[in-house]
Amino acid sequence: MHFASYIFIGFVLALVTLYYVLPKKTQWPLLLLGSYVFYYYAGWKCLLYILAVTVITYVAGLLISKNKMQADAKIADMKAREKARSQLVKDDPTFAESTEEPVDKTARKLYKEKQKKKRRHIMAVGIILALLILAVVKYTDFTIHNINSILSVFKISKRISFLNIALPMGLSFYTFQAVGYVIDVYRDRHEAQKNFFKYALFVSFFPQLVQGPISRYGDLSRELYTPHDFSGRVVARGLERVIWGFFKKLVIADRILPAVKVMIETPENYKGMFVFMVMMFYALELYADFTGGIDITIGIAEMLAIPVKENFERPFFSKNIAEYWRRWHITMGTWFTDYIFYPISVSGPMLKLSKWSRKHLPEKMGKRVPVYLASFVVWFATGIWHGASWNFIVWGLGNFVVIMISQELEPLYAKFHKKVNTERNALTSTSYKTFQVGRTVLLMSALRLFDCYRDVPMTFKMFGTLFTTWNWNLLSSNAMLQLGINRADYVILGIGTLVLIIVSIIGRSGSVRDKMEKKLPMPLRWGAFTILVMIILVFGAYGEGYDAAQFIYNQF
Amino acid sequence: MEETSEKKHSKVRKVALVLALIVVSAVLLYLLDLLLRPKYMGDVTEGALTAEYYEAYGDHDVLFVGDCEVYENFSTVQLWREYGLNSFIRGGAQQLVWQSYYLLEDALRYETPDVVVFNVLSLMYNEPQNEAYNRMALDGMRWSKTKWDAINASMCEGESMVEYLFPILRYHSRWNELTRDDFKYWFKKDTVSYNGYYLRTEIMPAGEFPPPRPLAEPGFGDKAMKYLDKMTKLCEEKGIHLVLIKSPSLYPHWYEEWDQEIEKYAAEHDLLYINMLEIAESEVGIDYSLDTYDAGLHMNVTGAEKCASYLGGVLVEKYGLQDHRNDEDMAEYWEEVCTRYDEAKTSGT
Repeated sequence: MHFASYIFIGFVLALVTLYYVLPKKTQWPLLLLGSYVFYYYAGWKCLLYILAVTVITYVAGLLISKNKMQADAKIADMKAREKARSQLVKDDPTFAESTEEPVDKTARKLYKEKQKKKRRHIMAVGIILALLILAVVKYTDFTIHNINSILSVFKISKRISFLNIALPMGLSFYTFQAVGYVIDVYRDRHEAQKNFFKYALFVSFFPQLVQGPISRYGDLSRELYTPHDFSGRVVARGLERVIWGFFKKLVIADRILPAVKVMIETPENYKGMFVFMVMMFYALELYADFTGGIDITIGIAEMLAIPVKENFERPFFSKNIAEYWRRWHITMGTWFTDYIFYPISVSGPMLKLSKWSRKHLPEKMGKRVPVYLASFVVWFATGIWHGASWNFIVWGLGNFVVIMISQELEPLYAKFHKKVNTERNALTSTSYKTFQVGRTVLLMSALRLFDCYRDVPMTFKMFGTLFTTWNWNLLSSNAMLQLGINRADYVILGIGTLVLIIVSIIGRSGSVRDKMEKKLPMPLRWGAFTILVMIILVFGAYGEGYDAAQFIYNQF
Repeated sequence: MEETSEKKHSKVRKVALVLALIVVSAVLLYLLDLLLRPKYMGDVTEGALTAEYYEAYGDHDVLFVGDCEVYENFSTVQLWREYGLNSFIRGGAQQLVWQSYYLLEDALRYETPDVVVFNVLSLMYNEPQNEAYNRMALDGMRWSKTKWDAINASMCEGESMVEYLFPILRYHSRWNELTRDDFKYWFKKDTVSYNGYYLRTEIMPAGEFPPPRPLAEPGFGDKAMKYLDKMTKLCEEKGIHLVLIKSPSLYPHWYEEWDQEIEKYAAEHDLLYINMLEIAESEVGIDYSLDTYDAGLHMNVTGAEKCASYLGGVLVEKYGLQDHRNDEDMAEYWEEVCTRYDEAKTSGT
């Protein structure tokens, strides 16, 4: 039941209707039931995975919370006893000799540390077990493939058979969400959810199950279990967002898809200029596909009066890669920062390394080494999270290298800006910003080639043809019309992309829907969305005759 | 008090706006839907046949159901002219047995013919075959439970009921290939058949066909036979004479095993079975060098007239069907059909 299917649309319509028609106390149980029905459609085996992750992290959270409560109570008791004893001793100094030894601060601290360690162990076991499922399902065959490659290098004929485990839909997303929950309980950001079914809903909340955003319990739980009254305005606004998402997915992403497929599936026929086209087309496809999916997710959640975190902030307007990653798949970025980058940065070994490097290396480098090391781990994890292949690992590390180089070149940029004042007037300022945005788009699109071609050597080879195969003259022939999309498709794509850019530009100063709500009378606003629905219905690439394209991020 | 009244007004305005938007959207969608649907008015007209049934005159004496071997091989005009029989052919390209069954069931909502003639070739298919043919057979049906069942029985992998309910979801991609015909026939279509008969005037003598492949399975499939059983039962319930025929087309090959199975079935159910292929030249008078338009696969108009003439004679004799040529209203209707028919024969279209 993927988002761009009739059955999903019917499912959402039925669920939203029941959500507001049935008694309010049944709203969250209905969502849980709906989420599991939705997930069941991906195969009953998928239910086992999500149940396992839910049970493991629920128990871990509960044990941590229980331990914390008991430890807090005991410490409070210790404090009270100590206070009472010192009062009695003050009143009667002989009392001290007649009673047991006092519980001093050190013992209390030791107890506190011991309990914290215990909680850390529970957290670690919970995380390891949850991640173990992800690792076994997602990375076993990748590991076997690498072991077999090593065996063949050493001319050992023995091979390990692949397990061929099908990757359950959204496994990486809900595992990360559940792991984040356990860490947050450990960090005492919030208490553990005691009701198993409510917790199961947090892990399985269907709109965000397959491609994020990766929500935090603290954010999502605020409205997830709260009863909501029907509000036409809330439902309509959610619907508007859903419609916009479908426009991006069906009119743009799925229309350009055949051209991307043709060029990457037979790379030997599409070198040079075509590689540039793959860069541009895939960037557009991925952006429209992923942001479209997230719009649908957020829109559905809005229809249910449950706010979900934004995941994008016009990333292609970023002036550098670091900024791009702060604006693309935001919830994943912050997840990696909060749960990997910071813990590594403040871990014992890293603090030791930091101390050592400041002492033994030049001042600036000494400061950066620990940061870069933590960043390296984050980017490696980001890469492998996206997929069990060297393509994604190299892609992740490629991002790391570009960000690192850009930071190292910072002094050089400063010198350049001092010499050439890019801010001297509006024209130079705009031109330079445009250059920066263009550079980011090109760099990101080039890095995304790892996502397209079958392996790393092929990606490098194809990228190389950009400079060795000079076939730009083909642009004037009808070569671009041999890619599975025709002139009319290009016209639709052109107009669709233009609309996308205009909406993005308008959205820079605030929500487009808010602006429409303020400035446009209701008939005009709704009329506009009705026309958008018509456009999707007629010009969308869906139904018989089109390959039903799964959302790209569903695979992660 | 005033505020409450204003709020009430605002609410009413909103509801009115929503309703207006729904109505306008529905009308626009309907117009778009009509525009984008294939019109079947150019080279491929088979898709228009199913809907023409609802425009036909009166109760029929004979109703044909089946694939191209009926709608191209039997001239309904000949049946009228020679025997005064009011007949209609509910046939379509590669019309599968379950589609024939449901088209019959659909027809029985409006009338009860005396005889139903079913061409048995389509029993060779036991599974849905082709989305385009499904559409041609089913899109023209009026909505009813019968149509719903027909679609469910016919859908190939990847097809969806929603796309039958809202054809714009299926045909939306035609925005890219709209022709002048789509606008010309946006709201009204021409009649392309002669009571379901698809007239062809060209002549292409029968040629050589590839030797028949050995049958993987000796008999017809379960699903196909299930629908033949349903058809038999339905006719029995309604007191209709069901006649099984094998039309005199030379290809696809009609196997001896199939023929025996049908003979046996007909005997068991007390049905008339006529294998016109066996008697095509000897009794029907088919000349395969003159009476086919595509090398023996289908009859041209002269072949279709001979087939109709032979079959009509058998049906009149066996079931005592009435001559309606004295029925003024019916004669008037057929006069118009005959005029069009003769013009088409003369002009060769």
